[in-house]
Amino acid sequence: MNFKQWEGFEKGDWTQEINVRDFIQRNYTPYTGDESFLTGPTEKTKKLWDEVLELYKREHDAPGGVLDIDTKTISTVSAHDAGYIDKDLEDIVGLQTDKPLKRAIMPFGGIRIVEQSCEAYGRKVDPEVDEIFHKYRKTHNDGVFSVYTPDIRAARSNHLLTGLPDGYGRGRIIGDYRRVALYGVDALIDAKKVDLDTLDVDDLTEDVIREREEIKEQIDALGELKVMASKYGFDISEPAKNAKEAVQWLYFGYLGAIKDQNGAAMSLGRTSTFLDIYFEKDINSGILTEQEAQEIMDHFIMKLRLVRFLRTPEYNELFSGDPVWVTESIGGMGIDGRTLVTKNSFRLLHSLENLGPAPEPNMTVLWSNRLPDGFKKYTTKLSIKTSSIQYENDDLMRITLGDDYGIACCVSPMKIGKQMQFFGARANLAKTLLYAINGGRDEKTGKQVTPKFEPITSDYLNYDEVIEKFDQMMDYVAKIYIKALNAIHYMHDKYSYEAIEMALHDKDIIRTMACGIAGLSVVADSLSAIKYAKVKVIRDETGMAVDYEVEGDFPKFGNDDDRVDEIAVSVVRTFMHKLQKHHTYRNSKHTLSILTITSNVVYGKATGNTPDGRRAGAPFGPGANPLHGRDTNGALAVMNSIAKLPFEQAEDGISYTFSITPGTLGKSEDERITNLVNMLDGYFKQTGHHINVNVFDRSLLIDAMDHPEKYPQLTIRVSGYAVNFTKLTREQQLDVINRTIHERI
Amino acid sequence: MQNNDKENTENTDKDLKYFAKVHSYESFGTVDGPGIRFVLFLQGCNLKCKYCHNRDTWDISGGNYVSLDEIEAKVLKYKNYISPRGGVTVTGGEPLLQVKFLIEFFKRLKKHDIHTCIDTAGMVAITDDIKELMKYTDLVLLDIKHIDPEKCKKLVGLSNKLELNFAKFLSDSGISMWIRQVYIPGFTDDENDLLKLKYFVLSLKTVKKFEFLPYHSMGKFKWEKLGLNYELANVKKPSNEEISNAYKIMGINRL
Repeated sequence: MNFKQWEGFEKGDWTQEINVRDFIQRNYTPYTGDESFLTGPTEKTKKLWDEVLELYKREHDAPGGVLDIDTKTISTVSAHDAGYIDKDLEDIVGLQTDKPLKRAIMPFGGIRIVEQSCEAYGRKVDPEVDEIFHKYRKTHNDGVFSVYTPDIRAARSNHLLTGLPDGYGRGRIIGDYRRVALYGVDALIDAKKVDLDTLDVDDLTEDVIREREEIKEQIDALGELKVMASKYGFDISEPAKNAKEAVQWLYFGYLGAIKDQNGAAMSLGRTSTFLDIYFEKDINSGILTEQEAQEIMDHFIMKLRLVRFLRTPEYNELFSGDPVWVTESIGGMGIDGRTLVTKNSFRLLHSLENLGPAPEPNMTVLWSNRLPDGFKKYTTKLSIKTSSIQYENDDLMRITLGDDYGIACCVSPMKIGKQMQFFGARANLAKTLLYAINGGRDEKTGKQVTPKFEPITSDYLNYDEVIEKFDQMMDYVAKIYIKALNAIHYMHDKYSYEAIEMALHDKDIIRTMACGIAGLSVVADSLSAIKYAKVKVIRDETGMAVDYEVEGDFPKFGNDDDRVDEIAVSVVRTFMHKLQKHHTYRNSKHTLSILTITSNVVYGKATGNTPDGRRAGAPFGPGANPLHGRDTNGALAVMNSIAKLPFEQAEDGISYTFSITPGTLGKSEDERITNLVNMLDGYFKQTGHHINVNVFDRSLLIDAMDHPEKYPQLTIRVSGYAVNFTKLTREQQLDVINRTIHERI
Repeated sequence: MQNNDKENTENTDKDLKYFAKVHSYESFGTVDGPGIRFVLFLQGCNLKCKYCHNRDTWDISGGNYVSLDEIEAKVLKYKNYISPRGGVTVTGGEPLLQVKFLIEFFKRLKKHDIHTCIDTAGMVAITDDIKELMKYTDLVLLDIKHIDPEKCKKLVGLSNKLELNFAKFLSDSGISMWIRQVYIPGFTDDENDLLKLKYFVLSLKTVKKFEFLPYHSMGKFKWEKLGLNYELANVKKPSNEEISNAYKIMGINRL
């Protein structure tokens, strides 16, 4: 391949094959300085952002927070006409529909969800669309429910398995959107044609047929991408020739994905350093100023802040605050020892100052102890100021994932363009423990959910007996969990295949079956109570255990106490091994996450009293967090406990949400920055995987709950993403406020 | 109490070197020395500060004996956070009452390259043990209770003679210190006293920082819990203006 747009770049493998990493490594300029080069928002940016803020306000005031819906057009990569915020002001163009914040319908995942969503916001789906999807076209949702077995249905309706992507898009796939900018679409189509040719084999087995069909769909989707761009007056057949085009081309790639799929998490990848190469080239050749570069990035970020999907109000209970997870991974180190931080990494983060804080894009800093000091200080300074950043351990992930991976959703790392996951939501392990005690009867409904196991009948719980029965119950849960996920992802591939995202992947990719667990700290504390204190069972008239009395004290997860931390580690390992016993769809690799998103509240609601003394209905700790208020030895003790959980067994991520008051972090701004840097260095040296950092006073949140109008941009980090605080339900707001905020008196 | 003391005197040398009377720990201290500090609160105090916010650390017979090995192991769990830029701060109570333990403790910390710091009122005689301890001490947070000997005695039960001596000793020995004073309206806010304090601080050669610790009554509940009368119940927390003004008198531009 050779393009005139590539003049000035160092050639290499990337000019012979699709290889973005090689292009980056040969052409990027590491930046080890501080933020002093950054510039403020331009007049154009300010004006445009004011218009967006006005749109936000109208959206907020609209019923259910949904401004408008296109109920007629079945969304595809190229279905909608071009749309603008204010055409003359926009450096970067492209919207999901023909108007900003107007939501699209994407019925291939499931028509009922689309109908319910429209109705919830006072609209109706166009009758013709209804007819097509009820009469002629099967959806992912129909497919899954046509094959679900009774045991899966029971586990699902009793909240043993929750949040499964069987009625909504699975998401968590990151297209390598950089490829669109670097190669142009035609070269990508040519490469896919070569892939197709390698599958012209003697035996057309089922696997080969499926793969050939998928690649053909990918080629078609790439063609559609060109059509979509042409509606905005751009020809993206060839590579981008400058920085502005590079951002625009890349964004078109991403825009194609979010027009095509209503995935739970639609992440962007790792784009800032790639784009920096174009910015450096233009700035060095005198055709672009720093101010113009920042303006392009600010306008790009504005577009990412406008991404919306049509979802039901119930969905909001699981993932509250309308999140999209436009996760962008920033920084990290290369395997050759150079930092991957560039000036453009700073520009991207700087949008939090130029435009003010916001939950999207989901800014994710890949932290290494060897990151340049200037970058460490800038990111932590912004964390303290905006509570909008999450950090993940690059030194840990680089071992297995190399230096061109990105985070999908909250904590799921994957090699960009070379790996995807089958998102599996999570199993409720706290409920699993209660089922072990009750022989598979649900403590809330009284129903026999699993086959009848022998329940525990003694007055006091015996540790060895509970462990034995818990082990058997985990066997059962692991089995139906994988059964459910196999059905879901088979059908998703069949009826709602992510053609444009997969077109931006290699032919042979790693697939993971990304399972998850909720309630880990509840389980660890419960088992600890049974082992180190005495737990008396209280049963109802049917003999079912409905409550527990704990006599004596016991070690609790989150205090750096090995006695209970080792129980938590062992539960993770054991459950993972049980999952691994089961065959997965497309031979995907089993992985596990300890992440709840905001569903820790719903899971808690659906789970009865637990042997650690937690009351029925009380929220679980989010992700891997200790249960609210159980950690009494300070922030670092919590971090040490969580860092003990083995990433090798939970490669899909271990989420920790940390909140601290500014005064506790340090006296002056400088001290706060230094302390936060040291804290992150320490946590990641302890092999912690992920941390959300919130710096605020409790009183601020209470005020925001009562006077939301005063805080339109108040952003906080919840499990794995950031959210506009005022968009949370009151229940979730209270959960955040009651959650341990580290505070020193 | 008597029994305990007798036992201790019988094998004083051994015990007091390798065991400390501990009140509590804090793994994430950010206000007692540079960077993140592992803070060890030792039990027992020789002062009776009316405003003490750790009233429960006074009683020398309280707390538990914890071995040096155990404390060291506990600190090392946090080494990744406190080293190289933070460290360990020992406070109390009055940590210098357990000087023999501190010598051994700090020797071990220095082996691990951990920064050592003592938060003290300095109301002790300069013994050989104290001199020995200073070999392993990177920083002293010296809390000057009051610059006026009489007012000092009224406020904390002892004249300031020992602590001012201690400050001079640190200065002459080249030990870095942060000087601190609790700013209590009606007690330590007299302008003449502040000026005296200023000239005293200026006479010292190794002061790296001076700070006022604004009085707060958050320790009051501990007095009440012990059934004791909290004399400063009516004293108000100083305003930011008062603190800024005090810094101005000291000739320091507040950060």
